[in-house]
Amino acid sequence: MDAVSIHGRLQGRFGESVSSVDNDAMSPFAVVEAGAIRDICRWLRDDEDLRFDCLSNESGVDYKDEGYIEVVYHLFSYAQRHALVLKVRTPRDAAVVPSVEMVWRAANWMEREIYDLLGVHFTDHSDLRRLLMPEDWVGHPLRKDFVEPEEYHGINTSRESLLR
Amino acid sequence: MALINSFPEGVLTTKADQLLNWTRKSSVWWMLFGLACCAIELMQTQGPRADVDRFGAAPRASPRQSDLMVVAGTLTLKMALRTKVLYEQMPEPRYVISMGACASCGGLFQLAYSVCDGVDKVVPVDVYVPGCPPRPEALTEGILKLQEKMMTENWLVRRRPEVTATA
Repeated sequence: MDAVSIHGRLQGRFGESVSSVDNDAMSPFAVVEAGAIRDICRWLRDDEDLRFDCLSNESGVDYKDEGYIEVVYHLFSYAQRHALVLKVRTPRDAAVVPSVEMVWRAANWMEREIYDLLGVHFTDHSDLRRLLMPEDWVGHPLRKDFVEPEEYHGINTSRESLLR
Repeated sequence: MALINSFPEGVLTTKADQLLNWTRKSSVWWMLFGLACCAIELMQTQGPRADVDRFGAAPRASPRQSDLMVVAGTLTLKMALRTKVLYEQMPEPRYVISMGACASCGGLFQLAYSVCDGVDKVVPVDVYVPGCPPRPEALTEGILKLQEKMMTENWLVRRRPEVTATA
């Protein structure tokens, strides 16, 4: 099924929650409301004609000037051989998105990574801990306004920049 | 060892030191410990082609039984603390080889927020082996350099700063 008809079904089913659709992008995507993402994902997975059985990737992007963080879901269906991209926007100062871990288990570590590096809190996640950075790390390094601490447990982290 | 610092310096102690050093350098057991792609070259160094076992160097699976720590790969800040714990678990005398650009100075990743640029910020390093990654021949050379260093150690007569009694 091509992207246009998938989006048609998505908007027919969820209407208001699917706020905008871009079919001209290289990977056609739909921006959906944060509150509806779990229901939308479950429906996309379970619908007989769509069968999005694989969450290929889940990632986050920090748009500092626009004031929001975007969580991006790359979905793929092995059964139907089609793909879809969903995006959810959440404010930077209170970044909260419902977890989709109960829809696809693969989301567990990817959401932990987004929480670790961008500070997005995923509600109802079973184990929301840092994944890459140390447990006692302060801050979220991939935020555009992240300032690196001077030292970490006595290890000096100031580095001479070679990019001059 | 109870004999340490118990003899005046002389022919006897020098020869005994040489014997001790020879036994130590002939069984440099390193800790099985790899951090990144350099660890693959470390395994090759131990394998049949480079075969550092002919110099008495062999891997041990525990820091308690190791003489040498080869820091092979990018040291993240998270791993830096654990590396220090592992180093402290090794019995003295203990030696450290910093293998590759990442362990020596952070290498390609030194500007990354999560990377400790240089293992010498955490533990003292005896030999630096450059390369990205160093070939097994280079690491073998590093182990031979370390053996040279081990042969210069004094155990029975250690020169220590004079301790003066304060009133």
